[in-house]
Amino acid sequence: MASLLLSPLRFRHFLYKRPKLKPPSPLSFTSFKPLPKLRPRFPPYLHSCYRSSSPLADSDHKTHALLLGRDERAALLNGSHPQPQPENATTIAAIVTSLGGPPGAVGIVRLSGPSAVAVVGRVFRPGRRKSKSKSPWRPTSHVVKYGVVLDPNGNVVDEVLAVPMLAPRSYTREDVVELQCHGTQVCLNRVLRACLEAGACLAEPGEFTLRAFLNGRMDLTQAENVDKLISAKSVAAADAALAAIQGGFSSMVKSVRFQCIELLTEIEARLDFDDEMPPLDTNQVVNKIHSMSQDVESALETANYDQLLQSGLQIAILGRPNVGKSSLLNAWSKTERAIVTEIAGTTRDVVEASITVGGIPITLLDTAGIRETNDVVEKIGVERSEAVAMGADIIIMTISALDGWSPEDSELLDRIQSNKKSTGSSTPIILVINKIDCVASDCLERVQQNVGSFNKHVLTSAITGQGIQDLEKAILDIVGLNKFPAGSRRWTVNQRQCEQLVRTKEALARLKSSIEEEIPFDFWTIDLREAAMALGQISGEDISEEVLTNIFGKFCIGKELTKEELKEKEKIRKAKEKEKRKKLEQEKELEKKRLEQEMKKKQEKEKKKREEMKRKEKEKAKMKMKHKMKK
Amino acid sequence: MATPAVTLHLSRLARHLPFSSPFFKPVLYPCARILPNLPFRRRAAFNSSRFTVSASVSPASSNAENCGLDDEIYDVIVVGGGHAGCEAALASARLGARTLLLTLNIDRIAWQPCNPAVGGPAKSQLVHEVDALGGEIGKIADRCYLQKRILNTSRGPAVRALRAQTDKREYATQMKEIVESTPNLSIREAMVTDILLGKNDDIEGVQTFFGMNFYAPSVILTTGTFMSGKIWVGRTSMPAGRAGESASLGLTENLQRLGFETDRLKTGTPARVDRRTVDYSGLEPQHGDEEVGWFSFDLDFHVEREQMCCYLTRTTKSTHQLIRENLHETPTYGGWVEAKGPRYCPSIEDKIVRFMDKESHQIFLEPEGRNVPELYVQGFSTGLPERLQLPLLRTLPGLENCSMLRPAYAVEYDYLPAHQCSRSLMTKKIGGLFFSGQINGTTGYEEAAAQGIVSGINAARHADGKPLIVLERESSYIGTLIDDLVTKDLREPYRMLTSRSEHRLLLRSDNADSRLTPLGREIGLIDDRRWKLYQDKQARILEEKKRLKSVRISGGDLSANVTSLSCQPVKDFSTLESLLKKPHVEYKVLDKHGYGNEMLSRVEKECVEIDIKYEGFIVRQQNQLQQMAHQQHKRLPEDLDYNAITTLSLEAREKLSKVRPQTIGQASRVGGVNPADITALLIILEANRKIAYQEKRLQLLNSVKTDTDGHISAASLKETN
Repeated sequence: MASLLLSPLRFRHFLYKRPKLKPPSPLSFTSFKPLPKLRPRFPPYLHSCYRSSSPLADSDHKTHALLLGRDERAALLNGSHPQPQPENATTIAAIVTSLGGPPGAVGIVRLSGPSAVAVVGRVFRPGRRKSKSKSPWRPTSHVVKYGVVLDPNGNVVDEVLAVPMLAPRSYTREDVVELQCHGTQVCLNRVLRACLEAGACLAEPGEFTLRAFLNGRMDLTQAENVDKLISAKSVAAADAALAAIQGGFSSMVKSVRFQCIELLTEIEARLDFDDEMPPLDTNQVVNKIHSMSQDVESALETANYDQLLQSGLQIAILGRPNVGKSSLLNAWSKTERAIVTEIAGTTRDVVEASITVGGIPITLLDTAGIRETNDVVEKIGVERSEAVAMGADIIIMTISALDGWSPEDSELLDRIQSNKKSTGSSTPIILVINKIDCVASDCLERVQQNVGSFNKHVLTSAITGQGIQDLEKAILDIVGLNKFPAGSRRWTVNQRQCEQLVRTKEALARLKSSIEEEIPFDFWTIDLREAAMALGQISGEDISEEVLTNIFGKFCIGKELTKEELKEKEKIRKAKEKEKRKKLEQEKELEKKRLEQEMKKKQEKEKKKREEMKRKEKEKAKMKMKHKMKK
Repeated sequence: MATPAVTLHLSRLARHLPFSSPFFKPVLYPCARILPNLPFRRRAAFNSSRFTVSASVSPASSNAENCGLDDEIYDVIVVGGGHAGCEAALASARLGARTLLLTLNIDRIAWQPCNPAVGGPAKSQLVHEVDALGGEIGKIADRCYLQKRILNTSRGPAVRALRAQTDKREYATQMKEIVESTPNLSIREAMVTDILLGKNDDIEGVQTFFGMNFYAPSVILTTGTFMSGKIWVGRTSMPAGRAGESASLGLTENLQRLGFETDRLKTGTPARVDRRTVDYSGLEPQHGDEEVGWFSFDLDFHVEREQMCCYLTRTTKSTHQLIRENLHETPTYGGWVEAKGPRYCPSIEDKIVRFMDKESHQIFLEPEGRNVPELYVQGFSTGLPERLQLPLLRTLPGLENCSMLRPAYAVEYDYLPAHQCSRSLMTKKIGGLFFSGQINGTTGYEEAAAQGIVSGINAARHADGKPLIVLERESSYIGTLIDDLVTKDLREPYRMLTSRSEHRLLLRSDNADSRLTPLGREIGLIDDRRWKLYQDKQARILEEKKRLKSVRISGGDLSANVTSLSCQPVKDFSTLESLLKKPHVEYKVLDKHGYGNEMLSRVEKECVEIDIKYEGFIVRQQNQLQQMAHQQHKRLPEDLDYNAITTLSLEAREKLSKVRPQTIGQASRVGGVNPADITALLIILEANRKIAYQEKRLQLLNSVKTDTDGHISAASLKETN
């Protein structure tokens, strides 16, 4: 009884108390950072244990086994307490392509876990196979299979492509099967439901990544970016997430970190091996530090962009009635989202439209024209407009070029500015002078006299679409993205990384002041180390041994050759030896030839001699014979 | 179980720890399950103590006149009389344990076979720390110095390092006298070939080559380079621990039989030349400091002596040429010695081959003693055969006509990778067996002494049934050294370097006493006289800091001087403290204008200056350390089955089960363990903690329900906390 009660309790406490582990400050110990971050990243997962009334209640407790699922040691540790053997990791399933918005042509249901193949085997029937065959599905890893998904009653749900990726060569390092279905929500949901009915559990958001992470599939930076990839709101964000996975950000961090370590090496070598070192070139050190802090700062600037990519901007369009706010919204978003009439005060409520500017998702808020009115509905509309204006990231104040700058406009501007003052906000305001198509260009100067109180001003025509691009550029300027030409950014910085970059920046700033105050250079190492460690926290590397190896490697204190270097040296040595041998051999061969030739000559001579001898002998013999004959 | 830990956690807030910092206190780990009724005796130093073994046989007595079988039973046996062995034997004997020092040759006790010097960067911190704990090395070095210099003077207080050239014979004689005259300490010449085990795989004693058995519940092996030692000159080798001394054979095999992993290391020593044959006229002399620094915090040992001079020469083109021509004759390039030598003192041929573009290397000529003609040629160790060594030496300027007294040689020896020890230096396999010094893969007298004192203390405590002492990495260089040894997979001789310490600003030589002397006092190695010295010093420093805070000046000579030095204006009513914080303003400036305190010694003024001048940095480091210690000191259960933790990488599982770290911090430093593994470990620790907590609560609830007496359950609650 006790143990039964314990198991859910245990998990609940574990999950909820865990953020306590959060270290009081980021320090050398890189591995502690990720823990607290698990929570914001997977909030639904953490909350799920309380939703006992949810239809997935029983699967909840299965998912918990994920964190502790393979932890058999817990029982061993608490030998006195017989702990129920935790279940093997469950198999999870979810629709991994985005839902909402217009349906794509293809949607994907992903399953991951030890029984992923079995589950798919129950719902999936390969195309060429005869329908009644009952042998279990045995997929080949990374080979696409065409077929259909059936519901428990045997009805065809959808035509799919099954992509099996068997452990460990998969995203989560578990068996993963992806079912590529038709992209409509109905199809996807039915396929997912079929999988759930066949024994899979619904995955919580981020759970695939969590598994991938827990199974050691990816390091921290990668895990965070995959998470981002999932929640990316626009194409640009997806690109940035991809680039970070491929190491764009990592390589920047690594290069700065490497420079820190090089400097550390330079300095520390002189502390331990004073006798054998040339003096430190302080100017060079200072220059290096400057260039590093510049790198870090530029990385930090992208942090802003990153936040924008994630959260997007809200832009409120304000103005007197009938200056063309709704037309502007329609023209900008290329929709007929807002009703446009000639009647002042048509828009009563806040109308939203989504657009993308420079890759940043933007929500446009069209508001009711602000004026004194007795109409109850319109009054509420006006109040809402003001409330919206206060919450927006940027305010666009619209006036009509036809009317010019009117006293009501001044009044409105005063109201906005006093509101801003009272809340202490610094929301930028752009002046849009609309309806420029209706006036001659020379009249515009009169209108532009009040632009001084605005961050920017733009001339537009909602009817012709003129000036909308200028408006977008103005917005990008204001949020500080003009510095980055489109396409130059390859990566983004998230909150955790940003924190560490700030830490690096501060350390480098302190370092600079230490140098200025001529504090002994042992103190420089403190801040250099801090900077290197902060950067190491992003890439998950430790530095202590690295500096030492560097010292040994770089200076004349002895050097440990790496294996490759040794191999190369060996190669060179062998090559030299070979050459020597070749030369020797060549010489030998030459000598041999000479000898042979000499031998041949000798032999020939001998032969000749012998032949002559023989001839002589024969002649002698003949002579003798002749003599005998004569006799 | 918690009682002994509490007693040692007395208030030890030294002047450098304005914040109460629990991580600086030594952590005590029970060496065995101690019976709760075992009294924790004897706080004061040098009291005779009832040790478990000796008490049962004969009452402990300081005179070693007893004869017969009783002599063979001791509390602690130290094998080896080098720098680790001496320090260990002295510490153990001074703690009241009947100690036996077994050495191959009594005349070679505390011999300095290589460099006749003590200290240097990082090493000097070790010496200061050993001294602060009540060790001997600093005192002897102070007594026998030939020359002293403070290195890195302008590079910050944490890396300032004292180096002493020592008279090697005098050093050995002095140490021998002390070892011989220490009560409770007996010496015997013997070659230990085996260790004797009891029923529970606990150590019982050692066996010698000639068949003697010596018994003790604690045994420290400090075999140095002697275990299966083999020395090389050129291609010729002979079994020896050092030139002219026989190796110790047989022990390695027996340790291997017990399941210990052994490996082989190599080190070397350069040639010695006759100083009467050296022409100093063209050489750059290196004099000692005029103001002599001291290793020991004990003022009684601060006796100045006449200093000798060292000389600097350089390698020449012909040196390089001679070596290049004969590379095939060296062991490394000829390829007949495989064991790894240390990277930080490479042989001259290594320097020349690997740094081709450097035209010349510095060579130091250091005297080995006042009355001996030998000169140590530092930076010139070589593996060349003897016939080439003299010609090579004669390529050096000043040594053109020198005569060589001893050839350079290399030595290969067995060591036991120290991950087999826990941080108390007791082996994990065999209770009561300790390793110290080069057997753990270190080099250097200072490293050996540092391990020696720790193992000596712990061996005595083990014999006495007390919890062992562990110096945390953050507490000291000694702690850093031992943590590195037992955690990292070291495959070359380990030398202490300042870069090995992450928070070296807090581990300075000037505060070694305030970091460790209170611990030494609690352990029982600091006597009353020394304790009073320490307390008086700290009081004076504190007083002076208060004074500097309260005395204010406006204008005047001092203010003008400070302005000119620091290029910063001096406000009216500035405290002396604020002046001292300005760049380039030293305590001397206060002295010059009559604002100094004449009661303070030079060292004390320096302490005050450092404390004030670098307060900001020090406080920042302390805060960082505190936060880090909070995480890193999380204990890992000793019976954790890493192989069963599938969330750990395979490599981490393997490495962690091999090293069996005691804390999370240690685990994170094990090579091959990545941050993800630590995360997994933390997840598991936390989960286990919750489970245990739940269980406890449940049990408590049950006991409350069943128990009618509310008091008992309340009491049990307290205990468990």
